[in-house]
Amino acid sequence: MSERSDERLTGIEDTVNGKPHLISPEEMVPDRAEAFGAQDEEAVAGVSLWRDAWRRLLRNKLAVFGLIVVILIALASLIGPPIIRWATGYTYDYIPRDPDLIRAFPPFTAPDGSFSWAHPMGTDTAGRDLLARVLIGGRISLLVGIISTLVSLLIGVAYGATAGYLGGRVDNVMMRIVDVLYALPYMMIVIVLLAVFGQRSPMGQLILLFIALGSVSWLTMARIVRGQVISLKNQEFILAARATGVSTPKIIFRHLVPNVLGPVIVYATLTVPSVMLQEAFLSFLGLGVQAPLSSWGSLVAEGIQNIAIFPWQMIFPGATMALTLFSLNFLGDGLRDALDPQMRKV
Amino acid sequence: MFRFIIRRLVITVPLVLVVISLTWGLIRLAPGNFYSSEKALPPAIEKNIREKYGLDKPWYVQYGRMIGNVLRGDFGLSLRYQGQSVNQILAQTLPVSATLGLLAYGLALVVGVAAGTLAAVKQNSRLDYISMALAMLGISVPNFVLGPILVLIFSLNLYWLPPSRWGGFPSWNLVLPVLTLSAVYMAYIARLTRAGMLEVLRSDYIRTARAKGLSERAVIFRHAMRGGLLPVVSFTGPALAFLISGTVVVERIFALPGLGNYFINASLNRDEPLIIGIVAFTSILIMLLNLAVDIAYGLIDPRIRY
Repeated sequence: MSERSDERLTGIEDTVNGKPHLISPEEMVPDRAEAFGAQDEEAVAGVSLWRDAWRRLLRNKLAVFGLIVVILIALASLIGPPIIRWATGYTYDYIPRDPDLIRAFPPFTAPDGSFSWAHPMGTDTAGRDLLARVLIGGRISLLVGIISTLVSLLIGVAYGATAGYLGGRVDNVMMRIVDVLYALPYMMIVIVLLAVFGQRSPMGQLILLFIALGSVSWLTMARIVRGQVISLKNQEFILAARATGVSTPKIIFRHLVPNVLGPVIVYATLTVPSVMLQEAFLSFLGLGVQAPLSSWGSLVAEGIQNIAIFPWQMIFPGATMALTLFSLNFLGDGLRDALDPQMRKV
Repeated sequence: MFRFIIRRLVITVPLVLVVISLTWGLIRLAPGNFYSSEKALPPAIEKNIREKYGLDKPWYVQYGRMIGNVLRGDFGLSLRYQGQSVNQILAQTLPVSATLGLLAYGLALVVGVAAGTLAAVKQNSRLDYISMALAMLGISVPNFVLGPILVLIFSLNLYWLPPSRWGGFPSWNLVLPVLTLSAVYMAYIARLTRAGMLEVLRSDYIRTARAKGLSERAVIFRHAMRGGLLPVVSFTGPALAFLISGTVVVERIFALPGLGNYFINASLNRDEPLIIGIVAFTSILIMLLNLAVDIAYGLIDPRIRY
């Protein structure tokens, strides 16, 4: 133990002096307790835990790949549709005036059958550019993923931190409730909720979707935060805060929550793809995003109608979605390895 | 152990009632009615319909009747499928969904555990990387994308397998739905097995087993697997919840007459007795299976006491 911390110190001194790093960061942070100890010492030495984690993340090729792809897809969804509109006049709800154009063209094909750059993903059955629709769908899918994750973050962190810090009977009751909710077939309740309340306005359905998905995905977050808080709450800095008369809510949100951010970020990153998957699942069933809005799930559902004749209408939205989820999962795994070395499965 | 089981069984009853009440409340709080999806009815006819289905009584009478039905295990008549009781529909659709779910989970278990164990034993080999990349792919490709792609390849281009419909058990119609449904679990189980096995293979008791001269096969199958597969056992609980949403999609894609397909239709039609029936039935099923998983967990891992 002491030998290891010596190594860690030399490692840090080397970076400070500008010499190459002799000891890998993995060896520098052998376990959680030392990682938190290291945080204090590094504050003196000038290498923060975050920068260290960032360096570890950059060394993970798959995670970097995921990060780049996610950024590219998010950027494309954000600025792509206006560019397509400017270049070709096609938007997601643009149905061509010319009746000859109201039909499905394969990718890279002009109306006369020759090669053309106009529709890299082809068009849908109403003659709309599929690339524009996929990018617009990406906006909704990513938005649902991010907002529902934020909802689950807010509920999960507040709930878990409260249960973990208060402990005792309160903790027991609160976590028993989480256990019970885990066992419920909540997807069925969500389906009923969306089916009976939905189908009025597209915007209303979207908000319903945020609430429904956010309110079922906070359970794991609450468990993780509680576990972390329990391991932290008996440390000296909390004792010091309590001794100086800081109120309980303030201890929870100002002292405990910032210290559990690492695992929280990791699980938030992994929640985004799972929420996106659930949104797509609901949209696929026709319960999620309603026309004229589209998401990747509803585009796939539309594409399946014509799968035998126009297979590209299903393949492109599906592949875009799979690539995004793939990248987000790799990024999440990479972040876990970087921020929480103890969680790493060797 | 016995007391644990009794306690869990006793808690199941109020839980199922909570789930049903929640579902019932949602259906009732929503604006509109099951007969209001088409054009507006003349008041006299509407009054007759309300009387026939007991909707003219106060809400607590209707709620009480609904709960009474559930407790007696008789969910009444479906509102949409005329002349069929919910119990009949359950009896028809359950075999379809159960066949799908069991076959898919069985396949996932066999392939996932085999791939995960191989990957762990040959850690950092090419085999390890390939199977883990495939597992990540399996987690990332949604089943409603995988299913149509399989149909496209094996039914519409190669003409090997039927693209949809139920053909009983066993039949070729089952191949594509079961593959589609099991892909995700296969991937999860492979990852969990690999992680669990890697941890166990490093432990002291495995070194002892090797040191006393056991064959590598005995070490892995008899000693390592028992500890290494614990995460897989505990995954069974969440997997059950997944399995339900999974079967909904797969039954939808392949036009199979299962519980999930009927559930979606019932929700969209506001077929209240059928919704309540399916929700109650699956909740009870999930809770009993979860209990079975916990008991199995205690039997496998002697460190756990209830």
